[in-house]
Amino acid sequence: MGSAAHNHDHGHGHGSYLTPKGGFMTTVFDWATTVDHKKIGVMYLFAILFMFFLGGLAAIAVRVELLEPVRVAADGVITGQLFAPADQKAVGPGNEIYNRLFTLHGAIMVFMVIVPSIPASLGNFFLPLMLGAKDVAFPRLNLLSWYIYVIGSIFAVSSIILGGVDTGWTFYTPYSTTTGNEFGRVIFMVMGAFILGFSSILTGLNFIVTVHKLRAPGMGWFDMPLFVWAVYSSAIIQVLATPVIGITLLLLTFERVFNVGIFDPKLGGDPVLFQHFFWFYSHPVVYVMILPGMGIISDVLSVHSQKKIFGYRAIAYSSLGIAAVSFIVWGHHMFTSMSEVAGVVFSGLTFLVAIPTAVKVFNWISTLYKGSIALTTPMLYGLIFLFLFSIGGLTGLPLGTLSTDLHLHDSYFVVAHFHYVMMGGTIMALLAGMHHWWPKMFGRMYNEFWAKVGAITVFVGFNLTFFTQFFLGTQGMPRRYASYIDEFQIYHQISTLGSLILFLGFVIHFFVFVASLASGRKAEQNPWGGLTMEWEAASPPTEHNFDHEPLCKHGPYDYDTTVPPGWDPKDYPIPAENLKAAKEAH
Amino acid sequence: MTTMPSNKPGASDLLPLWARYRHGHHWRTKDEEFDACKLGFWLFLTTEVLLFAGIFVAYAIFRAKFPEAWAEGSKSLDWKIGGFNTVVLLISSYTMALSIYCFQTDQIKRAQRLLLITFFCGLAFLVIKLGFEYMPKWTGYFMAFDPALSHYSANIDSSKAMLGGLLQFVEGYGGKAPGTWFNYAFAESKQVPLWWSVYYSGTAIHALHVVIGMAMIARAYVRSFKGHYGSGHYTYVEITGLYWHLVDLVWIFLFPLLYLIH
Ligand code: HEM
Ligand SMILES: [Cu+2]
Repeated sequence: MGSAAHNHDHGHGHGSYLTPKGGFMTTVFDWATTVDHKKIGVMYLFAILFMFFLGGLAAIAVRVELLEPVRVAADGVITGQLFAPADQKAVGPGNEIYNRLFTLHGAIMVFMVIVPSIPASLGNFFLPLMLGAKDVAFPRLNLLSWYIYVIGSIFAVSSIILGGVDTGWTFYTPYSTTTGNEFGRVIFMVMGAFILGFSSILTGLNFIVTVHKLRAPGMGWFDMPLFVWAVYSSAIIQVLATPVIGITLLLLTFERVFNVGIFDPKLGGDPVLFQHFFWFYSHPVVYVMILPGMGIISDVLSVHSQKKIFGYRAIAYSSLGIAAVSFIVWGHHMFTSMSEVAGVVFSGLTFLVAIPTAVKVFNWISTLYKGSIALTTPMLYGLIFLFLFSIGGLTGLPLGTLSTDLHLHDSYFVVAHFHYVMMGGTIMALLAGMHHWWPKMFGRMYNEFWAKVGAITVFVGFNLTFFTQFFLGTQGMPRRYASYIDEFQIYHQISTLGSLILFLGFVIHFFVFVASLASGRKAEQNPWGGLTMEWEAASPPTEHNFDHEPLCKHGPYDYDTTVPPGWDPKDYPIPAENLKAAKEAH
Repeated sequence: MTTMPSNKPGASDLLPLWARYRHGHHWRTKDEEFDACKLGFWLFLTTEVLLFAGIFVAYAIFRAKFPEAWAEGSKSLDWKIGGFNTVVLLISSYTMALSIYCFQTDQIKRAQRLLLITFFCGLAFLVIKLGFEYMPKWTGYFMAFDPALSHYSANIDSSKAMLGGLLQFVEGYGGKAPGTWFNYAFAESKQVPLWWSVYYSGTAIHALHVVIGMAMIARAYVRSFKGHYGSGHYTYVEITGLYWHLVDLVWIFLFPLLYLIH
């Protein structure tokens, strides 16, 4: 990791947090037992990126399988099936492998990548720094939640070694309570998700208390950076929604092990109840995924255009608004399993979510207006986010409309929609944040040119992969099938081609980051001119973050009246009339 | 009342551990840390409530759908046993709260005694739950000294008694387990096994919480002998108390829903 960097400058016990504590084993032990939020954030980042790689491999396998539809010729010869046992007589076994691949992809990406991604990695690292605190409220709990994350991931991934799970990431009953009996594979996967839930709850709880209790002196609620607001809002959802998936998965396990019959109709239970429970968690959790990303975008757009964020309070409140509304719309995933009246009510409530979401998008665009935009990689990813997330959000509306959803439900249109919001939203925001804060985290700059090449490759690959799927969906291609009619083949081929380009984009980013760690230019304290408190710390921060307890003396986005920390006022002239206006405003 | 912690070398060795307690380096004061721990734990309790909410929602939905099954199911529970256990838990909540008060006022010996009583109340609850309720209903075996046995004296099959007569078998009583509709011998209404599903899931998850609470109490008890808790620092006992009250509270809801209303 950053061990190559910074063996110098630890004059008086204020060395960088990356400075090795001794020999190799000592350093490993130090990291494995650390309670420093920065190290835990970095460990989360690498664990999550590793899982992202695994989930990505499964995705590529799915896409490659879909290059050709599965067909059985009159003489019994099977074509178009890549992953199949050599001696198979029918398409069944090969299709089962396909089902396991997309289940694996979905479960890894949702439970092990996107849900923890931004809060657990960048949130852990920057929440305390942005608040001017030395650590999160409960540092040991923080380490515990990292270990729980690792254990949960091992549980879930070991279900592959035992033969794989083919239920889809949604684990709908009664299929999930009857399939895959050998070695309790489904139980492993479900328990993995259950354990990961604890990690999520503990992180959320830790962040809420941190925001309440550890703000720097002088920092009121409306002096907090918007990233903090966003992480705080998503932490509330994490704490309130995750226990419900906990009990659901626990009951599902009871059902398999003890014949408890709450969901299985054969035992007297109700499978629709499972769907209600599942989506009562899983809809709010899509906002756990996106809110922290929205927070990053608020900060990145403002810093890289050196302009005060437009509508600070509107953005802050809309985060809370989204968190609140997210709890009452779960029914839109199961319009076909409920009464018409309930469907109409849930449809109406679903449209409500679009309001606070749109408030944010308008504010971001207004922030850019007349700003001095620097087209750095974080800014580029910020713009990519705006573009892709808007498509994702707008396609949610036809899905929330009863008459159109009847046609689009369980089709590739849904697949395209949620990839535009989850990947086009959350992952793009994660990449924006990683580039934005990379210099602070590791004390090294990355190569701007190649990072931008990577960003453009990702953008092109992403749209090729997923925009085609809107066409597939509207024409009736259902999700989760390995076979399809010939007319769809060209779309599937474009989509697969796109996924390979996307993969290439990530490979470029990987090498840019490795090169930065190995030989990047040393980063200044505040390369972008940010005003939030993390830029007052050294790059990389010292073990205790700040030399003195920082005082909050200005708003997080007051570019018009404040010289950024670490900058020479000569390089950052503040017009006198701005200062005068600010004085009068007080 | 409160002894201020002293930083003077030498003096500190004489003070009990709680008086020498230093708060985490990222807090400004000890009180701030205490408040934060309590806030964090309240949030955790919220998640516990939501966890049980799943069971309560399942209960409510199935009760509305299958009222006869619910009436039949709850009739096979003995409200006297449930009521007794409720009293046991209420007493334990009282001793727990009193124990915290005693730590706050440095009556350590008394506080420890109260912790011990709380622990044994928890144990009594578990013994009654598992020994007098789960075991007979599932297997048909009663403890020989179970007062309920007198109702079934006609059906006792002494040839199947176990452990030297400690466990007596009542013919045709066991088998009240969750399971498939059609191999369930008792049910008049075929959803009764579903009632047992809810009953066992709810009470078993609750019993697991009792065990966790008892483990926390045991830890507090052991550490109290080393002088960890006193008027200046008692965060862990306070948190244990909060947890124990929640365990109690969940039972206060489970008891009437399962035992009293038909
Ligand atoms: C603008 C607000 C949004 C609206 C109105 C909306 C609406 C919907 C609707 C109605 C569905 C169900 C479609 C069906 O199954 O027939 C759906 C599916 C989905 N949405 Fe959204 N959505 C929005 C934003 C988001 C965001 C921000 C995310 C995640 C970051 C997200 C993730 C998902 C996922 C994962 C599914 C599919 C779940 C599955 O069946 O596997 N959505 N959305
Ligand atoms: Cu949803």
